[in-house]
Amino acid sequence: MKNFTLLPDMPAPIVARGIVGWFRKNLFSTPWNSVLSVIVIYVLYSLLVPVLDWAIFSAVFTGADKSACEGTDGACWAFIGNRLDIFIYGSYPAEEYWRLKICFALLLLSFGPQFFDKFPYKMPVGVFSLTAFPVICYFLISGGSFGLVDVEPERWGGMALTLMLAYVGIVAALPIGVVLALGRRSEMPVIRTFCIGFIEMWRGVPLISVLFMSSVMLPLFLPDGMNFDKLLRALIGITMFQSAYMAEVIRGGLQAIPRGQYEAAKALGLSYWKSMGLIILPQALKLVIPGIVNTFIALFKDTTLVLIIGLLDILATVQAAITDPAWGAVGTEGYVFAAACFWVFCFSMSRYSQHLEQKLHRGHKR
Amino acid sequence: MDNATTNELAVQLADVNKWYGEFHVLKDINLDVTPGERIVICGPSGSGKSTMIRCINRLEEHQKGKIIVNGIELTEDLKRIDEVRREVGMCFQHFNLFPHLTVLENCTLAPIWVRKMPKKEADEIAMHYLERVKIPEQADKFPGQLSGGQQQRVAIARSLCMSPKIMLFDEPTSALDPEMIKEVLDVMVELAEEGMTMLCVTHEMGFAKLVANRVIFMDAGQIVEENEPHEFFDNPQNDRTKLFLSQILNH
Repeated sequence: MKNFTLLPDMPAPIVARGIVGWFRKNLFSTPWNSVLSVIVIYVLYSLLVPVLDWAIFSAVFTGADKSACEGTDGACWAFIGNRLDIFIYGSYPAEEYWRLKICFALLLLSFGPQFFDKFPYKMPVGVFSLTAFPVICYFLISGGSFGLVDVEPERWGGMALTLMLAYVGIVAALPIGVVLALGRRSEMPVIRTFCIGFIEMWRGVPLISVLFMSSVMLPLFLPDGMNFDKLLRALIGITMFQSAYMAEVIRGGLQAIPRGQYEAAKALGLSYWKSMGLIILPQALKLVIPGIVNTFIALFKDTTLVLIIGLLDILATVQAAITDPAWGAVGTEGYVFAAACFWVFCFSMSRYSQHLEQKLHRGHKR
Repeated sequence: MDNATTNELAVQLADVNKWYGEFHVLKDINLDVTPGERIVICGPSGSGKSTMIRCINRLEEHQKGKIIVNGIELTEDLKRIDEVRREVGMCFQHFNLFPHLTVLENCTLAPIWVRKMPKKEADEIAMHYLERVKIPEQADKFPGQLSGGQQQRVAIARSLCMSPKIMLFDEPTSALDPEMIKEVLDVMVELAEEGMTMLCVTHEMGFAKLVANRVIFMDAGQIVEENEPHEFFDNPQNDRTKLFLSQILNH
């Protein structure tokens, strides 16, 4: 009788392990792959080296005017540093920056914790960021009460204005979109027709023309003396426009919910609003998180269009700053900076949506 | 509560007619169900049996005739419809559990939001019924993690948590594997023995023989024949019933 003996575990051969193994497996598995890899590595190298050289190694980071950047081929980041205040706060009075700083801090404090699953007070913080936060910020920024100096909206600008437009747009477009989506599926013809008309009208026109109409044409129709703020009109325009898109995204989610869910909710005696709020919308919204965030990101970037009606968001302030003769040709730096700002916010939204999808997925796991 | 006769009946259908567009699905349906009665409804597919019981909690609207449930006539009035639905539980062929809620939350949702019950009390009641359908240990799982038979038992528990006076079953075992049919039927038999008023659309003839007071056979939107189970199976009166029984029993 033979005994069964366990063979000891041996380390894998060197070619299959570690960095060498990875390279062999992924880059040089066949002669053709090796050739391709070499070409790609060369192209990457010849692209990255000049870019890094421009952006970091030859770049100038400090200085007060264009003389600091003379004699180098690199980026003139000194320009960004010098104008950073304007890019962030627009033409808001410098001695009142602290008010915007408080708003930024509140924004960070109210949305930061949502990334951490363990944070215990998510619910109250979330409610705060949707209700009290915008009100507090409005009074802080506009001033005129509580002993704060009045700062008229014409002086709001830069990153602060971009965030303001995006925040109000996002927070308002989602609920309006939900209502429109439900309305479009309503059995009441009046409501359904109104919602279809609303959605199709706003979706059928470009945002630029919406903004033009809100700033140029709307005042023509309003009676004399009734002239509400340009920023408010732009905000309403952006919100209506995006809520139409949002409604269609959400309607897609509603249609994906099986009829049995509606019937089960009805059979239990839940009213229309309760069955929507407790059963249908939680499932439908979860399904369309990617679409919703897509719309949010589009909205965030679309806020740059307000520059055509004379509101100075971050892109507009950058554009104004690069024409300053004190700095010479700094267009590339300016636009790269603006793009980077947008990218940071859009990418965080994208990451948050992925986080949310993963977190909410457990309910359907088999 | 109009008068004594309607009070005595759990469900009353009088000359009920329904059309899907041009298609006449229910034709002159008359049915009286007394409290505590167990009725099994069978018939070929498309005979209108599901439509009929779905009319009882107004998942479908009837266009002609009268439906009175627990003394409340079903009309356009949404308040009355909700009132009826609170007292009438329903189990579906495909369970229709809420996939985003745990088993326990599925059971407590309606008591909390419709009956305004405190959460603690709703939890206790839910656990009580989950024990009765023999799956208390699954309370914190999500429906997607359970087998079909377990899901259907959760669906029954979910309905029972509203303490309904009438239970409707719309082919509760048709989507289940043979092994799981028994566990669901056992729960239903137990429920019947406790005196629940039940209307079941099912082809489980063993179940019909065991618990039904009356078996109703439907075809083409009409009630063809109704009788107590032994008479119905052993001595069917109508040729259509005979044909149907020979087809489902001779396998």
